[in-house]
Amino acid sequence: MTTQATTVDAAALTKKYKKQSQFSEVWRRLRKNKAAMLGLAIMILLVGLALAAPLIYDYDGDVISQNIKNRLQPPSAAHPFGTDEMGREILARVIWGARTSLSIGFTAVLFALIVGGTLGAISGFYGGIVDNVIMRIMDIFLAVPGTLLAITIAAALGPSTINLIIALSISSVPGFARIVRGSVLTVRDVEYIEAAKAIGASNGRILLQHVIPNSLAPVIVHTTLNVATIILTIAGLSFLGLGISAPTPEWGAMLSSGRTYLRNASYYTMFPGLAIMTTILALNLLGDGLRDALDPRLK
Amino acid sequence: MSEDNKDLMLNIDSLYVEYRTDDAIVKALNGMSLQIRHGETHGLVGETGAGKTTTGLAIMKLIPDPPGVVVSGDIQLNYLDVQKATEKQMEHVRGSVVSMIFQDPMTSLNPVMVVEDQIAEVFEQHEKVNHAEAIKRTHEMLELVGIPAERGKEYPHQFSGGMKQRVVIAMALAGSPGLIIADEPTTALDVTIQAQVLKMMKDLKDRLGTAMLMITHDLGIVAEICDKVSVVYAGRVIEHGTLEDIFDRTRHPYTEGLFNSLPNLRDRKAMLKPIKGLMPDPANLPGGCPFHPRCNYVMDICSTERAPRVYRTEEHYVACHLYNADNIQQGGMIQRD
Repeated sequence: MTTQATTVDAAALTKKYKKQSQFSEVWRRLRKNKAAMLGLAIMILLVGLALAAPLIYDYDGDVISQNIKNRLQPPSAAHPFGTDEMGREILARVIWGARTSLSIGFTAVLFALIVGGTLGAISGFYGGIVDNVIMRIMDIFLAVPGTLLAITIAAALGPSTINLIIALSISSVPGFARIVRGSVLTVRDVEYIEAAKAIGASNGRILLQHVIPNSLAPVIVHTTLNVATIILTIAGLSFLGLGISAPTPEWGAMLSSGRTYLRNASYYTMFPGLAIMTTILALNLLGDGLRDALDPRLK
Repeated sequence: MSEDNKDLMLNIDSLYVEYRTDDAIVKALNGMSLQIRHGETHGLVGETGAGKTTTGLAIMKLIPDPPGVVVSGDIQLNYLDVQKATEKQMEHVRGSVVSMIFQDPMTSLNPVMVVEDQIAEVFEQHEKVNHAEAIKRTHEMLELVGIPAERGKEYPHQFSGGMKQRVVIAMALAGSPGLIIADEPTTALDVTIQAQVLKMMKDLKDRLGTAMLMITHDLGIVAEICDKVSVVYAGRVIEHGTLEDIFDRTRHPYTEGLFNSLPNLRDRKAMLKPIKGLMPDPANLPGGCPFHPRCNYVMDICSTERAPRVYRTEEHYVACHLYNADNIQQGGMIQRD
């Protein structure tokens, strides 16, 4: 670094290589995966629609107000997805339903990730008795099928959005705890963790700085796929009347009320069903793509 | 030796370490003794499984427990009794009093952190400086090991093996420790890079006055940078002396065997003379001198009794039944080509 020229060269080199963080690596690989990009595009579209819902349809005017005159109209130019038994625009309810399903899905997964992730990380990192106690409690939760557990909790707490989120989070916590624990276990004994110990780093620091960032890959994949499962469970719970209560638009609840008219107005159930299917498909495509992109063996 | 202890950086006295699993008790160290003075480079030579790395980890108090157990013995690290030290004390000591350079630079750096943050961690941990100051010091460290400071913002996978090892060395030196344990620091590097890295380590060590424990099985490296050498076999030092003692006045048959296993550059047609047999299973060590089943000079006593130390000079000693106070001086008990 004696002359100006070499400094500039080094700076240019740095700029060129700086961007090659692991994140950009993964993004580069993910971009090559067409299915995953399709999934991502659909998810962006859905999230965009959900966010823009108030701009497209008025909640009070189009989504929940009844208009019996127009009940059960088949799809047409005036009613793209048709109308339901109250004369409400199905397209409006599907779009507003995305808002409900996606927000509850992501919030529930976020809670499950924080709680399950913390438990799993502690369990995997400290091992021994701590590990045993935490994981046996998780096993108890895992012994009950997820949907059944959610139904039980939702039924016990009563139907409300918050309760639904709690029910869904609790049933997802053990899965996250397992995934994070397994991932932490593989990272815990790697040499750079030993190297971090050798420079005197404390346990907390090692866990936060070295272990968790390196065990994120499978967790990201599980999160994506879990959002799909949870959206499906919300629909299932609403279908059973334990989820979102009327008149709030929700895909599962729409399926539930539409099934009475299945014979004459199949479009009523078809569109919310399609919405659910598309969302789950998109999330699964994205999750699978992420799994491949994050797999270090494919590097 | 008691008044000598004052300038000892490290004093290990008859250390016994075992790895206890359900299947077997692996005796990794069996009476390991080692003294390193301030600023001195000490080579620890031996085959795979001789207990070299265990010695290094024991000094750092990083032996994985379970299954590792320190059965008995004493480790004095710059007046600190490592066995009695608490985890909190050790966290302070690691990195600032003693640090370690690991064998494989490919795996000893965190792949998702830029290298300057990893080095800065040492400053933040030990000197309670803020991040900006730590990064500034890190850049100085990087320049010191011959890496442009600008490259600190890169990730480990963007460095070559030799560069990574330089980063690891910078990390080890950052806390200006009194002792560096280098666990086969060049094994994973190719030969030309090995020479560079070794030379750099030697220069830095001399400049900073750090003592070093060089764990290796490469006698070439030992010849290049070590002041003292201890030859380890089955968890115990069997011959110890200055570099010249070990290379030119070899006494122990095992040490001799190590030299005979080296290719001879002057006579390329000469056959190598490997030491017969294999390293004994540390879970099932032979009685007496653990080397006796492989030794060309084996006597009856070798299979029953462990050999005591016989001193040739104050420094140079051998643990072998071939020698007594009289014949140790002239040597000649073993043939050397």
